[in-house]
Amino acid sequence: MARIEVVMPQMGESIAEGTIVKWHKKVGDKVKKDETLLEISTDKVDSEIPSPAAGVLAEIVIPEQKTVAVRTIIAYLETEGGVVTAEPAKPTANPLAEAPKPVAATVVPPVVTAVKPLAAPASGRFYSPLVLNIAREEGVAMTELELIPGTGDGGRVSKKDILAYVVAKKSGAVAAPAATPALKAAPVGIVAKPVDVPELRAKYPAPNFEILQMSNVLQKMAEHMVKSVQTSPHVAAIHEVDMTNVAKHRSAHAVEFEKKEGFKLTFTPYIVDAVAKAIKKYPLINTSIEGDKIIKKNFTNIGIAVAAENGLIVPVIKNAEEKNFLGLARAVNDLATRTRTKKLTPDDIQGGTFTISNYGVFGTLIGTPIINQPQVAILGTGAIKKRVAVIDDAIAIRSIAYFTLSFDHRIVDGALGGMFLEEIVQYLQNFDMNLKF
Amino acid sequence: MATMTYIEALSKGMWEEMERDRSVFLIGEDIGAYGGAFKATKGFQQHFGEERVIDATLSEAAIIGAATGAAVVGMRPIAEMQFADFVTCGFNQIVTNAAKTHYRWNLPVPMVVRLPSGGYIHGGPYHSTNPEGWFFHVPGLKIVAPSTPYDAKGLMKAAVRDNNPVLYFEYKYLYRRIKGEVPDEDYSIEIGKGDVKREGSDIVIFTYGSTVHHSLEAAEILSKEDGVETMVVDLRTLLPLDKELIINSAKSTGKVLIVHEDTLTGGIGAEIAALISENAFKFLDAPIRRVASLDTPVPFAPPLEEYFLPDTNKIVKALRELSSF
Repeated sequence: MARIEVVMPQMGESIAEGTIVKWHKKVGDKVKKDETLLEISTDKVDSEIPSPAAGVLAEIVIPEQKTVAVRTIIAYLETEGGVVTAEPAKPTANPLAEAPKPVAATVVPPVVTAVKPLAAPASGRFYSPLVLNIAREEGVAMTELELIPGTGDGGRVSKKDILAYVVAKKSGAVAAPAATPALKAAPVGIVAKPVDVPELRAKYPAPNFEILQMSNVLQKMAEHMVKSVQTSPHVAAIHEVDMTNVAKHRSAHAVEFEKKEGFKLTFTPYIVDAVAKAIKKYPLINTSIEGDKIIKKNFTNIGIAVAAENGLIVPVIKNAEEKNFLGLARAVNDLATRTRTKKLTPDDIQGGTFTISNYGVFGTLIGTPIINQPQVAILGTGAIKKRVAVIDDAIAIRSIAYFTLSFDHRIVDGALGGMFLEEIVQYLQNFDMNLKF
Repeated sequence: MATMTYIEALSKGMWEEMERDRSVFLIGEDIGAYGGAFKATKGFQQHFGEERVIDATLSEAAIIGAATGAAVVGMRPIAEMQFADFVTCGFNQIVTNAAKTHYRWNLPVPMVVRLPSGGYIHGGPYHSTNPEGWFFHVPGLKIVAPSTPYDAKGLMKAAVRDNNPVLYFEYKYLYRRIKGEVPDEDYSIEIGKGDVKREGSDIVIFTYGSTVHHSLEAAEILSKEDGVETMVVDLRTLLPLDKELIINSAKSTGKVLIVHEDTLTGGIGAEIAALISENAFKFLDAPIRRVASLDTPVPFAPPLEEYFLPDTNKIVKALRELSSF
């Protein structure tokens, strides 16, 4: 004979406790599997609870009309098997309770394998079977793997990346990070540590809720965003931009460029270039407001919003108006690299006069970005997709994106906003295909 | 050692086998005085006589049926389909009789069916098919598909000497386009063995027949322009596949591209992909890719045929995608 624990089932995501309305069986009664054992009541629903296993009701721990938290033991069944915890309300009975164990054991020993399988990646990043295989054989933990920069498609860690890492690690060039199980690489932007706050815990009990500390970056972002929306009446203008020429120029030069410069040619410098030129024509975009005064800046510092591991960071390209295309490409790459490697200095993220947010990398088509105060406008660039377009009354396949200019209507009106954005669009659409580096 | 075209090499293979073994004979449409639609048997009838080079009636069923019967009683026929497309008329003779007789009556069927296959020749939908996929699924057959003059002669000899029905797929596109050195001495190539036509450690291409040459060109381009080294494995035999070579090459590179001229769906590539994922999954660093013809009949118009068929550019593109994955 073995005892099975019957626990208060969880009847819904937000349900933390339940009240026992009626026990359908008395102590000593035989009960069949799935036969109604008791009735419970929660905030949302009253339910009959089937027995998790066949046996005899050995003990009722919680009497009728009492309310207890979910997963509290409410009764014991005696069966032929071992002692196990059973949660009766699961639509499919707990497999542990279903299969009677020959010996009493509350814990199923973990299966011992020769090579320990890796933990699941917390970031959701894709790893190929080969990369996982190499990681396992070379003793690279998932927490380490998550930190290896990938050069593959979408930042994927390729065979070459992990082999280079393994070689570097063996030669001592990279120190393996301490294997702290708490170190989870969370999705971009929400790295936050679990904390325990008693008053919140009472309201949001474990394990259904987790309470996390907002990082400083997150707190600052929240503060800034609220302040910006309160300060500036936001208006969004959305234009369609045909990126075909830019895409052609880029792919025509991509290989040669990477060979020469040692980094990949991206779309970003094209857009920064277009913005810097458009600001020259419409300098009122490059301002801020103090009281009833307009502060006009005679330099163009373009910030680029980057989703970094610990939140949103906006590194700034200083004096973009003075740089040629190659200079901009180098500046963009330098900032991107230092953002990734966490080598940005405070100076790198200050003094912006205009901001670009490229949410297109996440597949977003159209966004309405929030202005980065005290600036008065921000450009959001959507994903570039091939679309059918009409050119000279003929149908063509073009690489199209939607650009949004969010602007502060205290100083920028629809006419200026529209003209400024159209200037960017025209520059990109008619990009100088002969531009060499 | 002599330099000769693909068609000269396979022709030489048949000639030498006929000289060597009196039980070898040819049967097909217009192969006698006319020398065959592609002149593969030019001069054969004059040399070997009408009894050993038989001009058959216009019936593929009759040609393959006669060859099967002759093989059962100890002959070694080489049956020519004028175009591989026409083999459908002899389909039942191949899959029901030739393929199963050894199993059913313990009577070996040592015969060869020559199948001039494929496109790139603007032949349209009835003269450009690659029908190997239809037979790939038939136990009891062997299938070879040479890509070079050396392999064409060596596999012809192996096919003639094999005691099973061997389908010999030959490529009209390669007939006079590809030249190579062929030894004068007697040699044969083991059926069931693939050949590494180019070494490489970054990606492996599995291919056969006409697309071996496109694959080699693409591999050179990747090597020169991208510094990516592609291994090119010429399967040479499709049935039985050289599983060991396929699995080991997939393991050593981690990235696999399969290229064939036959249409994509249900093609040889599907079987190779399954084989690799069953046996080398943990060694894959990218999804297995395929480049093949589109799932349509072979178009007649040259620009459409070009669009339909695999070519060097399409292979380069797939290789680049795999390389950057």
